[in-house]
Parts: sequence; structure tokens; C-alpha cells
Amino acid sequence: MDWMKQASISAQKSDAVFFYVFGLSVAFLLFITVLMIYFVIRYSRKRHPKAEQIEGHMGLEVLWTVIPLLLFLSIFYYGWTNYEYMRQAPRDAMEVKVTARQWAWSFQYPNGKQSKVLYAPLNKPMKLEVRTLDVIHGFFVPAFRLKIDAVPTHANTTWFQATRLGSYDIECTVICGVDHSLMLSKVIVVPEAAFKAWYFGGEDAPAPQPVAAPPQPVAPALHPAVALMTAKGCLACHSVDGKPMVGPTFKGLFGKREAVLVAGAARTVTVDDAYLRQAIQAPMKSVVRGYPPSMPVTPLAAKELDEIVGYLKTLK
Amino acid sequence: MSTHATTGQPSYLVDTGARKGLVAWLLSTDHKRIGLLYLGSMVFFFFVAVALGFVMRLVQLTSFEHLITAQTYNALFTLHGVIMVFLFVVPGLPAVFGNFFLPILIGAKDVAFPRLNLASWYFYMAGAAIVVIALFTGGGAPDTGWTFYVPFSLRTGTNVGLAVFGAFILGFSSMLTGINFITTIHRMRAPGMGWFRMPLFCWAVYSTAWIQILATPILAITLVLVILERAFGIGIFDPAKGGDPLLYEHLFWIYSHPAVYIMILPAMGAITEIIPTFAKRTIFGYKAIAFSSVAIAGVGSLVWAHHMFTSGLSQFAVMTFSLLTMIVAVPSAIKVFNWVSTLYKGSIDFQPPLLFALTFIFLFCIGGLTGVMLGALAVNVHVHDTYFVVGHFHYVMFGGTGFAFFAALLYWFPKMFGKMYSKKAIYASWFPLFIGFNMLYFTMLVLGVMGMPRRYFHHLPQFNTGHEIATVGSWFLVLGLLMFFGTLVHALFKGEKAEDNPWGGVTLEWTIPSPPPQENFEEIPTITTGPYHFPQESQG
Repeated sequence: MDWMKQASISAQKSDAVFFYVFGLSVAFLLFITVLMIYFVIRYSRKRHPKAEQIEGHMGLEVLWTVIPLLLFLSIFYYGWTNYEYMRQAPRDAMEVKVTARQWAWSFQYPNGKQSKVLYAPLNKPMKLEVRTLDVIHGFFVPAFRLKIDAVPTHANTTWFQATRLGSYDIECTVICGVDHSLMLSKVIVVPEAAFKAWYFGGEDAPAPQPVAAPPQPVAPALHPAVALMTAKGCLACHSVDGKPMVGPTFKGLFGKREAVLVAGAARTVTVDDAYLRQAIQAPMKSVVRGYPPSMPVTPLAAKELDEIVGYLKTLK
Repeated sequence: MSTHATTGQPSYLVDTGARKGLVAWLLSTDHKRIGLLYLGSMVFFFFVAVALGFVMRLVQLTSFEHLITAQTYNALFTLHGVIMVFLFVVPGLPAVFGNFFLPILIGAKDVAFPRLNLASWYFYMAGAAIVVIALFTGGGAPDTGWTFYVPFSLRTGTNVGLAVFGAFILGFSSMLTGINFITTIHRMRAPGMGWFRMPLFCWAVYSTAWIQILATPILAITLVLVILERAFGIGIFDPAKGGDPLLYEHLFWIYSHPAVYIMILPAMGAITEIIPTFAKRTIFGYKAIAFSSVAIAGVGSLVWAHHMFTSGLSQFAVMTFSLLTMIVAVPSAIKVFNWVSTLYKGSIDFQPPLLFALTFIFLFCIGGLTGVMLGALAVNVHVHDTYFVVGHFHYVMFGGTGFAFFAALLYWFPKMFGKMYSKKAIYASWFPLFIGFNMLYFTMLVLGVMGMPRRYFHHLPQFNTGHEIATVGSWFLVLGLLMFFGTLVHALFKGEKAEDNPWGGVTLEWTIPSPPPQENFEEIPTITTGPYHFPQESQG
């Protein structure tokens, strides 16, 4: 479905929770509806002339209090963790000032450049600081599953990382007067080179043209090593894109000089092939300073180890 | 329980005092007559707001876009919201069925303060009149949406001040009714009717009344501040003068979220009355249902900021309110399970009120589950302030409270008026109602997920198809409403005489004649059993 296309990382995060709740909801609704219809037929006056006076059942009451509670809590937790990700911008995100007024949007980039539509480089994080000159507005990009209100005297922030080339609607979501529904703009996601050419190109640089998204595989073709590292649990604590997590990021790791603790003593090592292999197979031997000594040993076949190390070397 | 076939007293519909006709109604302190005053005025306002909604849907058909201007459209959704919320759904079931049946269900002759009760109706009508006047005077009809968010509501030239004053007056009606009901339940139960022998509708009305008393004053204060801000620029909310618009959002939702529970709790109470009567068995889990009403009232007062997840609240506030929102879903789920279990091993006599009650459960489940989606933060960021929210609260308010109102009306109509309606005609009206409802509001849910913002006069072309389906759905829905109310109005004048106990119910209202006599009971009954005690020998 075209309108469900996910054009940012947060879109994937939001949709994952949506489909989790949606699945549970459909199951619950079907269960209740089928049960109601079954009871109405099975216990109709014709088939069941004498009602049984059942006052209740403590076990059942506990059951249908506790199970829904646990499910609701899981929804809360999943929704919260993915939301946290959606709200915390990476440090290297380009910061764009978004200004809302009745009834238009404008965007100002770090070097002072301004535009009426938002230009964004593909696969680069962009942080938005949203302000308003008059009443409350709502900044909404459906394709990014991104929304933040522009509230007077407050500077609200949000961020996104576009994962798909194309041109996407920006809509105002808080009633702000007669032309509320015309307070529209676009996010135009372009390749980084095209963005840079415009951004550094002085006042006369032509605006980058929206490139239609490649017609086929929208799902980024995952490197096989990424799939492997997801399966082995590596990516639960390490990122491949520079995002800070429990453990150090893999991005730019190879060739870097790291301060480590070896048996309590501080050392400096250069991350090379041998170090990577040791860090994976015997993680407690040397722990990068500033990170908890908590990485478990993960059994890997020799071929798998080669594949992961080979991939890590490519993450510049 | 025996039925009193005849009684010495005349029906409450007969004028016996010095006053006759309209005057006798307008000055009556009989809770049953006041209930009907509310019913008449509310159904009138309901249809006014339906008409506004109908026009809005029509305009969303692309080719009809130029029927009205954007400014008129903004006024339409504001009025539709204000009238539906403040004049129909909030007073809704308590004012009509609470007034009429609460005293009868607990074996009392009237509410505790009959004159205050009449005064509440006058406050209601005065508030309604002020809202109507606000449409045609000053700078024109308000265009802010029913939420009146500042600073837009301070800047707009439309007649927001007067409309807000109308809502302020309506608040008094709500609070006074709440005080009246609480006192009635505490002081006027029949001998032998302990708290756990009360019909569960009374528990629901009781919980509602507490929210009315505790939350409505906050709305009243907030609205007065908006009026003062507009008139004198006191700078509480206006950011230009150092005020804070988020403060307004907090104050508004501290009332208006609990108000959602004011709207739905009595509806749940009515459903709880209907199901045992037609299943011919006692309610499953009396105490679970009673306490879940109280729990909804309690926890429901602590979830207001889930309307503000995208407004820039702190991460901690966002987390807390999302968590509490999930918890408030639990008591609602408990009720649904107990209702369905009450059908288990019953002897079900399928009648129109039961059909509407079960339809309520289905639609309310969709409303509740979409509410859980909205409470999940990562999803909220996407669907907040879109048609998803519009669809969600119409499932709760219309599919929930509205259908429960219809179910209660079908259930108690023969008792209230002593007339029976055509069951076939009611069944016939159910189909367009149900189909139209889902075509209209489920499509809205889909449109919201697609990214259609609420309160939009123009819409982007990718939403055309959805809007067309929804608009056609609204035609079915209106057709169903006309058939439904047409059948009842017809029954009012031409209906067959209803029996005293047409459904075989066992709560107290079914022990007295239809329509009830002026003092309800010949003598106050003494209660010896729970409310849904079906004598075994009378079945089969």
C-alpha cells in the first residue's frame, strides 16, 4: 500500500508498535464478538429454557484482570521504548529551525539558508526545532510518522532520518484559523550529494529536484552480516550507524585507537582484525573504557566470525 | 416479586395539580417529568448537531467543496462538537435515565432535592440558549474547535467569549445534578437495599456524579479565565503577556478527559441493566462491575495529559501518562468480560434492547482498542490530531454512549410512556445505523492512519476515496436515525399499550405500573435480595 510507505527510521519504529497493538486488538475483538454471538445462539430461550444463576467466578475475574493488564503494560513498554528512540536525536544531526505562522511553514538551516519546503539528505539525521510566531500549530509528516506541536514560548524538538527518496507532505494538525487546511508544505528527500550542492552552493544554487523513490525494493537490502548480528543479539547493544547504545558503536570502529581496561589496567589499543576477533570471542579480556563490562560470549562458527569482522571493517 | 396491576395513584403524565399543560411540565419537580424535559431538549440538540455533521460530510465530497466557505466549515465542526459534547453526551444518560430511573431503582419517591433538580434543567436550557445566541451575535460563530485552545481562542474575532460562557453555565447544571444524585443514593435507598443490592446502573451514576462534582469546577474556572483573558488581557494563558498556553491545555483536559468517563460510565450502567433482564439470570461478577466503575472514575481522573503527548511535555510526564492510560483500560475490559459472561448459560430472550446493547459492546470495544493504540506513545506521535482520533472518539461517544442511549431508550420506553413500539421497525433501523456507522467512522480510522489531519476544510487528493466512502456512510447513518426515532415517535402516539413488565425484568421499575404513578410506589418496598434475583419457579 502506497500510503503506508515508511520513509524514515521512526516510521518503522511507529509501525512496529502499531501492528503489535493492531494484532492484539483484532484478536480481542474477534474473541468477544464470536463469544457473544455463540452465547446468544447457544443459550437462546428455545435451546436453553432455564437459566443458570451464576453469580461470578473469582478465578476468572483475576484472570481477566491480570492478562489484559500484562498485555496493556507490554503495549505501554513497547510504545515507550520506540517513542524514546523517536525523540532522542543523534548528536551529529543537522539542526534545522522550523517556524510556523498562520498559515505557512519556513525552514532555516545552520548556515542561514532558508526555504519554504524542507530539503533533507537521504540517510542523514536531521533535528528540527519547531517554533511558532502566533498560535499553536502542529508539524506533521505522515510518511515519517512524525508529529510535534509548535507552541508559543516553547521550542519543541524532534528528529528524523529519511530512508527513502521522494517528496512527502507536511500538514498542520492543530486548528489555527481559516486556512488551517492550507497550511501545507513538503519534505523533499534528496541524495546527500544533491543536498550538499544546494546547501553549500550559495544563494543562487538551484533547489534540488525531488527524485522519485526507486520503484522497487523499499526495504533497504540488509547486508547479510547485519542479519547475522541481529540474530546473534549484537545489535541489541551496538549500533552500526553511530547511535550511542549500551556498547560502543561499530561505525568507524575499525582502525580507531581505543582506551581499554585489561584486567583493571588502562591501555590503548588500535582496533585491528586481531583485536576485533578477541573482543568478540573473549569480551571480558579488554573492555572499552566508559562502557559496562557486561558483554556475553556469543558462540559463533568460524565462518560467521569472519563474516562479521569483515563487515565491521567496512563501517567507516 | 409481585406486580401491582393497578394503583390508586394517577400516572405522572396526568396533570392533577392546580397547573395544567405546558406550565405544569415546566414547573414540575417530579424527577420523571424532569427526565422527560431533558430527553426532549437533548434529542432536539442531538438532531441539530447531526445536521451540522451531515453538512460537514457533504462538503468533504470534493465536488461539493464550494458549498460553504472555510470559515463556515470551522464554525460547523466547533458547533457540532460543542453541542454534542456539552448538550447531549455529557448530560446524556444521567440527566434522562438517571433522573427518571435512579429514584425508582433504589425504591425512592423522588431525588433528594427535587427543586434543585428542576433548577439544573433551567441551567441546562440557559447554557444552551447562550450557546445558540453566540452563533448569531458578535463576530460570528466560534471557529476554534470545541477545545478552545489558546492563544487561537484569544485571538479569533469570533464570538468565543459568549460560547464559553454558555459552557460555563452548563457546568452548573452538571454539578448540581451530581450533588443531587450522590445525596439521593446515600440517603434515600429503600429499607434493606445495602450498597451491594443496588442495581449497577446506580453504581455507574454514582461514580459519574463524583467526577461531575470534582472535575467540572476546574472547567468552570478555566473558562472564566479564558473570558477574563479575552476581555481584560490578564495574561494567564496569553504567551504575549507571559502566560502559558500549555497551562490551558492541562486545565482543559483535567476536566475534559474525566468528562469522557462522565459520558461513558452511565452508558455502561445501562448496558449492565439490560443484559441480565434478557438473559434471565443474575449479573456475572456484580462487585467486579461495581468496583470497576469506581476505578474508572478514579484512574480516569489521572490520565488527562495523554491528549498532549506531542505538545512538548517532559519525557517523564509522557511516560507516566501513557502508563496510566494503559491501566485505565483494564476496568473497561473487566466490564466487557463480565457482560459477555452474563450471557453464558442464560435463557436469552432476544429483543431490540439486547441487540442494541450487544452492538454497544462491539462498537465500544473498537473505541476502547483504538484508544489503547492512541495511548501507545510511538503510535500516538503518528495518529494524534488526525481522523484516527475523530474515528476513535466517535466509536466511544456515539458507538458507545450513543448506542447505549438508544438501548436504554428501547429498554425503558414502555415503562416511561406506557406504550410499546414496533419491534420490526426498530430491527429495520438497526441495519442502516450499524452499516452507516462503520462505513463512516471506520473509514475515518483508516484516513487517520493515512495521515488525514482533523478539522481540515480542504483535503489532499490521496484522501478523496476515503472521504467519499465516509460521506455515503453518513447518509445510511442519518437514515437509520430517522427510522429509529420515527418509530419511537410513532409509538408515542399510536403505539400499543405496554405491559407493566414487558421484558420480564426484576429490578424495581418493573414492579410498578407503566407509566409509573406520580409517587412511584404505593408503599416503599423492602428489599430482601440482590437486584438481579430471578425466581427459579417463574421460568420455563
